[in-house]
Amino acid sequence: MIPKPPPPDPAAGLEIVIQPTRGWRWFSWRELYSYRDLLWLLARRDIVARYQQTVLGPLWYIIQPVLTTVIFVVIFSRVARIPTNGVPSSLFYLCGQLPWNYFAQTFQSTSNTFLANASMFGKVYFPRLIVPLAAALSNLVALGIQVATFFVIFALEKTGPRAGTFHLHATAWLLPLALLQVAILSIGIGLWVTALTAKFRDFAVLATFLLQLWMYASPVVFPLTRVPARLYWAAAANPLTFPIEAIRQMLLGAGTPTLPLFLISLGTTLVLAVGGALMFRRVERNFIDVI
Amino acid sequence: MSRPIIEIENLSKRYQLGRIGSTSIRDELVRRWEGILATVRRPLADAGSTPSSRDFWALKDVSFTVQPGEVLGIVGRNGAGKSTLLKILSRITEPTSGLARLRGRVASLLEVGTGFHPELTGRENVFLNGAILGMTRAEIRDKFDEIVAFAGVEQFIDTPVKRYSSGMHVRLAFAVAAQLEPEILIVDEVLAVGDAEFQKKCLGKMREVTSNDGRTVLCVSHSLYAMESLCSSMVHMDHGRVVAVGPSAEVVANYVRQTMEPSAAAEGSALVDGLRLSSLCFSPEPAIAGRPLQFKAGLVATERTVVTDVHLLFYNTFGMRIATMDLRQESGPYVLAPGGHLDFQGTISRLPLVSGSYRVGLYLQTERDHGDCYDLLQIEVSAAPTRPGLVPHAVQFQGTTVLDFQFERSGG
Repeated sequence: MIPKPPPPDPAAGLEIVIQPTRGWRWFSWRELYSYRDLLWLLARRDIVARYQQTVLGPLWYIIQPVLTTVIFVVIFSRVARIPTNGVPSSLFYLCGQLPWNYFAQTFQSTSNTFLANASMFGKVYFPRLIVPLAAALSNLVALGIQVATFFVIFALEKTGPRAGTFHLHATAWLLPLALLQVAILSIGIGLWVTALTAKFRDFAVLATFLLQLWMYASPVVFPLTRVPARLYWAAAANPLTFPIEAIRQMLLGAGTPTLPLFLISLGTTLVLAVGGALMFRRVERNFIDVI
Repeated sequence: MSRPIIEIENLSKRYQLGRIGSTSIRDELVRRWEGILATVRRPLADAGSTPSSRDFWALKDVSFTVQPGEVLGIVGRNGAGKSTLLKILSRITEPTSGLARLRGRVASLLEVGTGFHPELTGRENVFLNGAILGMTRAEIRDKFDEIVAFAGVEQFIDTPVKRYSSGMHVRLAFAVAAQLEPEILIVDEVLAVGDAEFQKKCLGKMREVTSNDGRTVLCVSHSLYAMESLCSSMVHMDHGRVVAVGPSAEVVANYVRQTMEPSAAAEGSALVDGLRLSSLCFSPEPAIAGRPLQFKAGLVATERTVVTDVHLLFYNTFGMRIATMDLRQESGPYVLAPGGHLDFQGTISRLPLVSGSYRVGLYLQTERDHGDCYDLLQIEVSAAPTRPGLVPHAVQFQGTTVLDFQFERSGG
């Protein structure tokens, strides 16, 4: 019989208390931070797994927005003749797609958190919020490549006849902040949807549908200046209007962000994100019993 | 006695039958509305805690404590609440009421290889799986070589795991888990992974972890006797409640005794011409390999019959006859009047069958007729406990018979 060394003093470690929680709870930042390694590894997994066994790999990150832009140019610029604030339409659409694509991708992966990870969540505990955060992080790769693509087209157009119609604005360094807002907004809304879909699958269908409509309600393929005055309130209420317009101003000098727009957008974003986080927390406790 | 590392007080978990699974908004609205109506009609009742006949308590008032360094097994039939308890302690789902305190870092292993992604290489999966189980990247890096060596996949560590054989997959997954160094380890059915060789390695590792490092382990397994050899104490659960807590041997003995109900064949089955079965049973149920087994067999005559031969027949699950018991005596043949009974009872002193299911039949010969009567009864044989500290090999490696032997050893 091997003599047992004294067991580790339990009082020295942490104490986990398990009991039913009542009401709404906020996240523990400290716990999230302690799982930062998992955050990176999950983000890495998403990136590696996404284009594994594809021939073109990350090239798809370039092909998708470029092809979309070509189609937008043909339909909205040539056929429908929607003006693009005087700047080359290719740049106009590429610029609008930067925040929109990031929003759409992050929203979709976040809103699928519970359903897509049910088997993993059923076997091991970690702060569930890590999964949508990792998705938001991994989507930055696609965003980065798209920003680079944008600047390549930007440089090409600068050598062309319409070089004088657009310029990098002095506020361009604020781009990361505008994108941060888009990230918070997409995660926030995604958390609402995933919390609701854990119980009602109806929301998964609804969300996909709404996302399609949302793009046309946001100034992605048209400038805010072309919105009729009696519909302006609707555009202003859309929290995505401000970041899209702001980014267009930063990168092309062709957007119309205003302070009221900013305040509305920021307020809506925070309310949606905090509400989504609370909903998510409430559902994550027992969702494995209902899924 | 020091402060318990795990304290569980009145832990309960309720599921609402018929409401498990996702509902549609319509159903939910209807249910809410009915809830409101019920509250309005019975204004004095507390709407939140209205007991419903559709409620199902997966756990009910479970309380026990675990001391540091203890290895506690949880036994019970399917549906006894073992898995629910582990899920609650692993913080996968919340209890409905009650409290549990866990004093230390917890790692739970309800499955090996959680989060393994087929497209990632072995190396990437080791890091990911380790992080999911709560290790930091630095910890995994320190143990990486040990993990790979333990799994024996050195050559393939940079190959995507989708190209792994299922054995390699499981070995790598377990190897990661084996390197966890929590104060409390929660394990469900991990004894059931890999081939026999690897199982032995796993159990060795488990024992090393528990006896040398003084870690606290909570485990569930269907392999009762593997658990008996690993666990110092056990909790016996039934229908969501704790039936007994105590030293392993005691709880297991109790558990086996409770599940011992003689199995009996259908009475009245027609056998050969003129004879019917009146009884056929064995006890204990399940029978235990290498231990005594009592049997009873009874025949009843429908007309005057002279029975010249009676044999009990044993078949394995492949339908192969593996043993017979000759029940003739020198004083035979047995002469039965109409309605007359012929009963045998006795004991097989050491049942030589390895664990598994067996079918029992009869061979009968009378003056007028003879024949085999198959499938009168099925008996279950479960493995006997091995020597303390040893783990039995999986049954497919045990052959078909249990030998009764003694041995001595010199040297070594």
